[in-house]
Parts: sequence; C-alpha cells; structure tokens
Amino acid sequence: MSVLVQEKPDTSVQATATPLLSVDGLKTYFKTSGGLFKAVDGVSFSVEAGKTLAIVGESGCGKSVTAMSIMRLVPEPPGETVAGSIRYAGDELIGKSRREIEDLRGAEISMIFQEPMTSLNPVARVGAQIAEGLKRHKGMTDAQARERAIEMLRLVRIPSPETRVDEFPHQMSGGMRQRVMIAIALACDPKLLIADEPTTALDVTIQAQILELLRSLQDKLKTAIILITHDLGVVAENAHRVVVMYAGRVVETAPVDAIFSDAQHPYTLGLLASVPRFDDDAERLLTIPGSVPHPAHMPAGCRFSPRCTLATSKCTAEEPPLRSVASGHEVACWLAPIEKHGS
Amino acid sequence: MTGKQLLAVDTLTKHFPVRRGLIFPREIGSVRAVDGISLTLQKGETLAVVGESGCGKSTLGRLLLRLIEPTSGSVRFDGIDVLSLDRETLRKLRRRMQMIFQDPFASLHPRLSVRRILSEPIELHLGLSPKDTERRVNELLSVVGLAPYHADRYPHEFSGGQRQRIGIARALSTRPELIVCDEPVSALDVSIQAHVINLLVDLRQQFGLSYIFIAHDLAVVRHIADRIAVMYLGEIVEIGDKYAVTASPRHPYTRALLSAVPRAEAGRERRTIAQGDVPSPLNPPSGCRFHPRCPYAEARCRAETPQARTLEDGRQVACHRQDEIPPWPAAGGAGIDPVVRRRLQVLATAAKAKPAAA
Ligand SMILES: Nc1ncnc2c1ncn2[C@@H]1O[C@H](COP(=O)(O)OP(=O)(O)OP(=O)(O)O)[C@@H](O)[C@H]1O
Ligand SMILES: Nc1ncnc2c1ncn2[C@@H]1O[C@H](COP(=O)(O)OP(=O)(O)OP(=O)(O)O)[C@@H](O)[C@H]1O
Ligand code: SF4
Ligand SMILES: [Mg+2]
Ligand SMILES: [Mg+2]
Repeated sequence: MSVLVQEKPDTSVQATATPLLSVDGLKTYFKTSGGLFKAVDGVSFSVEAGKTLAIVGESGCGKSVTAMSIMRLVPEPPGETVAGSIRYAGDELIGKSRREIEDLRGAEISMIFQEPMTSLNPVARVGAQIAEGLKRHKGMTDAQARERAIEMLRLVRIPSPETRVDEFPHQMSGGMRQRVMIAIALACDPKLLIADEPTTALDVTIQAQILELLRSLQDKLKTAIILITHDLGVVAENAHRVVVMYAGRVVETAPVDAIFSDAQHPYTLGLLASVPRFDDDAERLLTIPGSVPHPAHMPAGCRFSPRCTLATSKCTAEEPPLRSVASGHEVACWLAPIEKHGS
Repeated sequence: MTGKQLLAVDTLTKHFPVRRGLIFPREIGSVRAVDGISLTLQKGETLAVVGESGCGKSTLGRLLLRLIEPTSGSVRFDGIDVLSLDRETLRKLRRRMQMIFQDPFASLHPRLSVRRILSEPIELHLGLSPKDTERRVNELLSVVGLAPYHADRYPHEFSGGQRQRIGIARALSTRPELIVCDEPVSALDVSIQAHVINLLVDLRQQFGLSYIFIAHDLAVVRHIADRIAVMYLGEIVEIGDKYAVTASPRHPYTRALLSAVPRAEAGRERRTIAQGDVPSPLNPPSGCRFHPRCPYAEARCRAETPQARTLEDGRQVACHRQDEIPPWPAAGGAGIDPVVRRRLQVLATAAKAKPAAA
C-alpha cells in the first residue's frame, strides 16, 4: 500500500512562476473498523508565492485531511498518506523525518486549525501559546516574545490585548479563540499559510478585517495561502484560484472568476445554487439531493453520479479524468459543458 | 404561530470579573458581557441574534438556559421563573430547552460513541425502551444527514461539519420546545448548511419549535429568522422584523454589518472596511458604545447613552441620530451569473425527467 504511485502531473496552464507548494496525487487513507476510508484519494494542486488558493467542497470531502497531510499532522494510525508527492520550495516533504517537518512547521509553514479548542492548550495562557513559537523559531527572549504576543493579539483585533494576553482560552469567546489561533499562525511570518475555515466563528466586520490582515501579510511577505472555506463570498473576494473537492477527489479547478461565471461540474453548480442570497426570498434554500457516499464504499465511475441528475451509464461505469475546458480551468465530468446535453 | 409568549427576558446582565496577578490575583474590573438585555420570544418564533465577535451572544444564550448564573435580571420560560428553580426542577425543564453549542468538538465527550452521546439524553429525559431509543438515534442521525453506521464512531473520527451535525442531533434528541442555536451552521458547507436550515424550518413547522438563532451570516439569518436582534458590546442596538432590519437598517452598526457581507459573485472587488479602535467590554466607551467607530457620531453620542426608541414598523433602535442618517441604498449585486443559471436549468430539467436520483 505504501508505494508512491505518481499520478499524471498537473499540466494545466499555470503562470510562469514555479509554485511554492505542489501537491500531486495525494492519497491519505484511514484504517477503521468500518473499512478503509479513502478520505483523500488522488488530489493534486499547486500554489504560488503571493497567491491564494481556495479549497471548497462538501463537509467530509477531505479538505482538512488534505491540509493535515501537508502538515504531517494526520493521526497515524489510523491514518496514513499512502501515495503522492508534496513539494515545498522544490523539496519533497514526503519521506522527510518528523523532526525536519516540525522545524518547517511554525517557522515557514503554519496552519490555522478549523476548531480552535482542539488545538489551543486549555491550561496555558494565550500569551504563552503565541510566545512558544517565537522563542523556538525566532530565538526571542521571554520579554520580547510577550511584547510580540500582545502585538499579535492587537493585530487580530482582540480588545485590551495587554490584559487578554494572560487569559486562558475558556475565558474568551469563540471568535476570540479563533483569532488567538490566527495570531499563533501568523506570529512567525510564515511563507505558506494553510487556513482551515479561519473565519467561521467571526462576524462579517471582524472577518473582513482578518482577511485584510492576511492580504497585507501576503503583500508584504509574498505568503502563499491555502484557504479552506465554505463561504463562497470569502472565496470570491480573496482567492486567485479555486479547487472544488468532492468525496476525496478534485472535481473542478479554475481561476476564481471562472468558478462563479463558468462553473461546469454539476456539484460546483449545486454549491452555487445553495448559497443563501439577499436578492432571493425563496421559502426553501436549494440543496443538492442525496448525501456523500460512505468513505469505504465509493461508487464506481464518477463519485458524484448517484446524486447527479444528468448521470449516464458511462458516468456510473468510468471515472471521469480532470480535463481542460478553458485556460487554467479543468473539470472532471464526462458531460461538461452540460448545456450540450440539456434539451 | 400561536402568538403565545414562550420566553420573556428582562434586563439580563452578566459581568465576568477580571483578575490580574498570578500569585495574589486581585479584581481589576469586569467584562460586561451581557449588559441589561430585555427581549421576548413567541411560541413558534425564531429570533436571530447577530453581532460582533465577543459582543456577548453565547453568554446570552447560556444565560437563557441558565447554564451560567446571571449577575442580575430575570428569565421566564413558559411563565416559569427559570432563575428561582432548584436543581432538580431545572434539570427536568432542560428537556424542554436545549442548546446547540458553538464549538462542537469541545461540547462532545471524546470517549463516548455517537450512539452514547445521543442515547443518554433520550434515556434520561424521555425514558424510552432500548429498542425505541435505538430507533430514535437512527432517526436523529438521518434527520441531520448522517447514516446509521456513524453511530459507532467517536467524535474525533468526524470532520468539523459532521461534528456540528452531531451536536444538532443531540439538541433535538429530547424533543425540546426551545433551542438556542449558537452558530449552528457556520462550520457547514453551503449545501449542508442549506439542508440544516431547511430542516430547522421544517421542525419548527412540524413541532412548533422556537429558536434563538445566534449567527453572523446575515443572509442565512434573513432566511430563517422572523425577527433579528443586533447586539453590540453586551447591548441590543436594533431589534425588529427581519425584512425591516436587512432592507433598511437604521443603526449605524447594523449598516456596518450589512455592508461587510461578502457576496459570492465573479469579479468581486476587495473592499476596505472602516477599521476604528476595537472597543473593550472591560471598559466600554462612554455614551453610545459604538461612537468611536461610528461615521455619524457627534458630541451628544459621546456624552449620553441613547435609549431604544420604537419606530412605526415596531422595530426598536438605540441611536441618537437614527432619524438623521441617510436612507439605505437598495440591495445591489449581480446574483447568479447567466451562464451558471442556464446550466442549473439544465440540471433542474433533468431532475424533473428523472425524479429519483439516488
Ligand atoms: N481520525 C480519523 N479517523 C477516521 N476517519 C477520519 C478521521 N479524520 C477524518 N476522517 C474522515 O475523513 C473524511 C474527510 O474528513 P475531513 O476532516 O478532511 O473533511 P472536511 O472536508 O474538512 O469536512 P468539513 O468541511 O466538515 O470540515 C471524513 O469522512 C472523516 O470522517
Ligand atoms: N467564563 C468566562 N470568563 C471570563 N470572561 C468570559 C467568560 N465567558 C465569556 N467571557 C467574555 O465575555 C465576552 C462575551 O463573550 P461571548 O462568548 O458571549 O461572545 P460571543 O458574542 O458569543 O462571541 P463569538 O461570536 O466570538 O462567539 C467576551 O469578552 C468574553 O471574553
Ligand atoms: S448614537 Fe451616535 S455614535 Fe451611536 S450609533 Fe447613533 S450616531 Fe453613531
Ligand atoms: Mg474540515
Ligand atoms: Mg459565541
């Protein structure tokens, strides 16, 4: 199981810059009592310095596991990255020792986790948690690190940071904890930032300020950002490219505007239709019928076929490969563009 | 809606003491998390609570269910004075009022399987037989879009959105009349979010459920709520009918919230949001608490606390200058792109021709 199966490299038209991170044919599986869960099953994408790549997709489709695989934070066992390549600044991360990865993590690559309470230490003061990385990776003294921790709390717009720095996570609101996580992730000026739902607990005004902070960091340090989010409004305003995942696979990838003006995959279309909108007073929101397949029993052919209203016999038999439909725009659907098939 | 009052909250207040010093901690002040909130909720009604991170929404939710004790004020649930109840009566009342917690992972016991998490409240409050409990667990799982095979897994084996749905299933397990939903859909992707919102709406129709719906997504709130309460630093600054509040917001903070909503459309410009100092609930600004960030603030705003006033449409707004600020422009936005709309039409036509997709 642990041979490295190299999938066909991504040949889509990319800008001339070499990517800071490229992920190729990544497969991360979980061995559970219910069978082998292929949580991430052949995912490829890349992101350049100074750019933001958004990953969107249904809950459980493997976005966080993809992120954790890059950070080597998948719990092993039951999880294992069984195939693929993860190149960071030209260097293959798969096969590196845990120690080497830990040195990169926090110093050059950092991550904002989806659920703050799972990654914040409940019995340590937030200031100490921010200071830890600064002392380890930047060689700061206690006093310097504390100063910087207060500064970081101010940057993520926590009020009275001089007082809050000595608080414990449980004394903070949900959104404040999330911002503490963001402060930890940004403290060491990362080159690659993986932000897993970084603003879900934040109201729109603070969300806008945090996203602005990420952008100014990106402009200043040329940080590459992988932004995992389900908020398509956030995607529209912050991403350069978008990867749409479904059931462990990439089903569509395109420059951000094409996702909104030229979405091709029926799943992507369903996502766009589900967004609650101010200009629409329908009683019920549109949903995509059916539910995600059991991760140990993926359907044959296109994984979306059991839920797709257009599915043909080919769709249920053969898995569609990603193919290019426009510059930088790839879709894994046999029928794209689907208007040819409607009548 | 029966028009009967389910919840009546009067000048509810919660101050958390703040201590400084590691060895001899002394109190240096207090966080005024909830500062004199009054509101009512009818049976079958949904009141959304929106507001800035840290403004006291979760604290308000916990106070309503008496998961924490208030500093002062009163809460009546169906005529019962919740704050005077002894532990045992309160425990019984909990069946009727439940909470969906904001942080699903922190609120699910890590060593209990999903089956245990869901069956414990059922056994405790409903006293069903093991067989009926089992049936109810499966029913709850399917209601939130999870499968029976999920019942034997543990919280850490789920994705963030799946965990959120377990929290929702647990809140539904005792057939409550009131659910305080604390950011119930913010961790969910849009299609599951839509599914859960439709579900909450259906349950409300079926069982006459009432919700306090804490959220920050105003488009979501506009779908599910009847009324919206906008909170700022522990206080309600605007409360009223959802269409009134979203179509013609009167409080400058409500306006700031609405203009910051990112829209899912191509070619979206990056907007710069007015920054302003972040105020602290430790030491809230004088007069109107929003004045340091308000574009309309004048001398009076710094000196006097604005009192809530009721407008013709029944809405209450606490702003000195509410009659003077310019009208709110009609909602713009391109909506769904025509190419995408055409493709959605193709999918919809196919769905009609072939009704049962899986
Ligand atoms: N430790 C684990 N053991 C077993 N299965 C796991 C484990 N962690 C994740 N999974 C499974 O892997 C799949 C992908 O999970 P992942 O957390 O990547 O989803 P996601 O796309 O981030 O979803 P969400 O939007 O809900 O956060 C899910 O089906 C999940 O149940
Ligand atoms: N147990 C506690 N001890 C001390 N302070 C607390 C405690 N719980 C909440 N607070 C403080 O009360 C204020 C309001 O917190 P609350 O959790 O109600 O905010 P919220 O509106 O739910 O925010 P969010 O949208 O970020 O979840 C915050 O300043 C928070 O730090
Ligand atoms: S009272 Fe004054 S400061 Fe407060 S919102 Fe109204 S105009 Fe702004
Ligand atoms: Mg996730
Ligand atoms: Mg909260």
